[in-house]
Amino acid sequence: MQYLVSVITDTPALATPEEDAAIDVFNERLQAEGHWVFAGGLGGPSTATVIDNRGEEAMVTDGPFLESKEYLVGFWIIEAADLDEALKLATAGSKACNRKVEVRPFL
Amino acid sequence: MPEAITRAHHEEWARVVASLTRRFGDLDIAEEAAAEAFATAVERWPADGVPPSPGAWLTTTANRKAIDRIRRENKRGDKQKEAQLLYDDDPPGPLGAIDDERLRLVFTCCHPALAMETRVALTLRMVAGLTVPEIARAFLVPETTMEKRITRAKAKIRVARIPYRVPSAEDLPARVSGVLAVLFLVFNEGYLATGPGADPVRHDLTAEAIRLTRLIRALMPDDGEVAGLLALMLLTEARRTARVSASGELVTLGEQDRGAWDAALIAEGHRLVRERLAARIAPGRYQILAAISAVHTSARDIRDTDWSQVVALYDQLVSMDPSPVIALNRAIAVAELDGPEVALATVDRLESELAGYHPYHVTRADLLRRLGRSQESCAAYDRAIELAGNSAETAYLIRRRDQLG
Repeated sequence: MQYLVSVITDTPALATPEEDAAIDVFNERLQAEGHWVFAGGLGGPSTATVIDNRGEEAMVTDGPFLESKEYLVGFWIIEAADLDEALKLATAGSKACNRKVEVRPFL
Repeated sequence: MPEAITRAHHEEWARVVASLTRRFGDLDIAEEAAAEAFATAVERWPADGVPPSPGAWLTTTANRKAIDRIRRENKRGDKQKEAQLLYDDDPPGPLGAIDDERLRLVFTCCHPALAMETRVALTLRMVAGLTVPEIARAFLVPETTMEKRITRAKAKIRVARIPYRVPSAEDLPARVSGVLAVLFLVFNEGYLATGPGADPVRHDLTAEAIRLTRLIRALMPDDGEVAGLLALMLLTEARRTARVSASGELVTLGEQDRGAWDAALIAEGHRLVRERLAARIAPGRYQILAAISAVHTSARDIRDTDWSQVVALYDQLVSMDPSPVIALNRAIAVAELDGPEVALATVDRLESELAGYHPYHVTRADLLRRLGRSQESCAAYDRAIELAGNSAETAYLIRRRDQLG
């Protein structure tokens, strides 16, 4: 079972060196324990471009599809047996990156 | 006959739902099949007689209903069936009390990933067997809202794979306290019901909370906090009939007719409290609250109350949970021991945190009244009346305010 752990932030500040180091430790743990699938950090909402090609012509819009105070800055995709295990990992992940995280199952 | 079915429903509902959930891995199938089995019992038992083992009959019937449904759905080619199965990786072990299937059901319904109101609704539906309309009425929300809440919860459990198992030993204390919080919330909503249309005391909810707590106690007999919560509920429930007057007004502890208290419930509550004292293990908050309740119910008259014991127990509680609500309750006991002036000084310091909490204003109003500061007392009663949600309590507060000289 795979889960998406989204990292949510409300400040444009990048991760501090301490946070980066903690994230590395957490990533190594995920890999060692067989939970690692994929992870990455994202550019801020101002770097987003929205495409809507449902109509006759593709519409290109500068900026995120949803303006909000809090936004996604990164994510992990983890392998976990069930939600309890996923929540435990996400709890450690939130501590490591020093941000809020959201856990959602893949269908 | 209706009694036989009611009894079977009380005794067997959770067991039937739990065993079907285990077998078919799906709460929805288990719930529907259990409901159909009970509906069949209502039809058949009056004509055929009550089967010798009602529980076995209900489980067998529910199993058949579930298999019928799965066959119907398989015919429609439900490919996601496999993915929808609830996850259960426990190896079949020896069956101790803790392995009772009903306990898995309780922990799943009270999972911390579900919102509190959802946990309450799901527990009342799946474990207590209340119908959706009954739960909707209990919490004064439209039936469709409650139906949606329960459906959404079942879908989350399935899709996000909330496990169907008893938590590991390291997680158990936190998860048990989550379950007890659900039961205490149901009880409190019954004991001091909110809403202008609601009965002041909802015996259906207090009784259901006690029944569920008894079940958890039977499943986890060694857990001190479970025993503590059960004792607390019993000692509170024992005073229920004395708590509202014939005219529908709340009667305070000091003014209650103690002869009207339920002696059997008090004896049972006291037994539980003594059992926990004998265990000599540091008590948790429910055990301390139960002990406080035991002190109150041991006094034949309010004047016989051992207030120093009550304050000492509150001190213990404060050291564990320094919340302003506990500090407020401690101050009420302090007023009896050291006088209202000392208590008021403590209460006034809680204003910033408790300004929106009606018991804060009730307490202040009473202390000010006892100090002869009528005008300030009147203003505090006004604020308390504005904030109180219970009809009997409002009636009591209005009378107290209007009696001020």
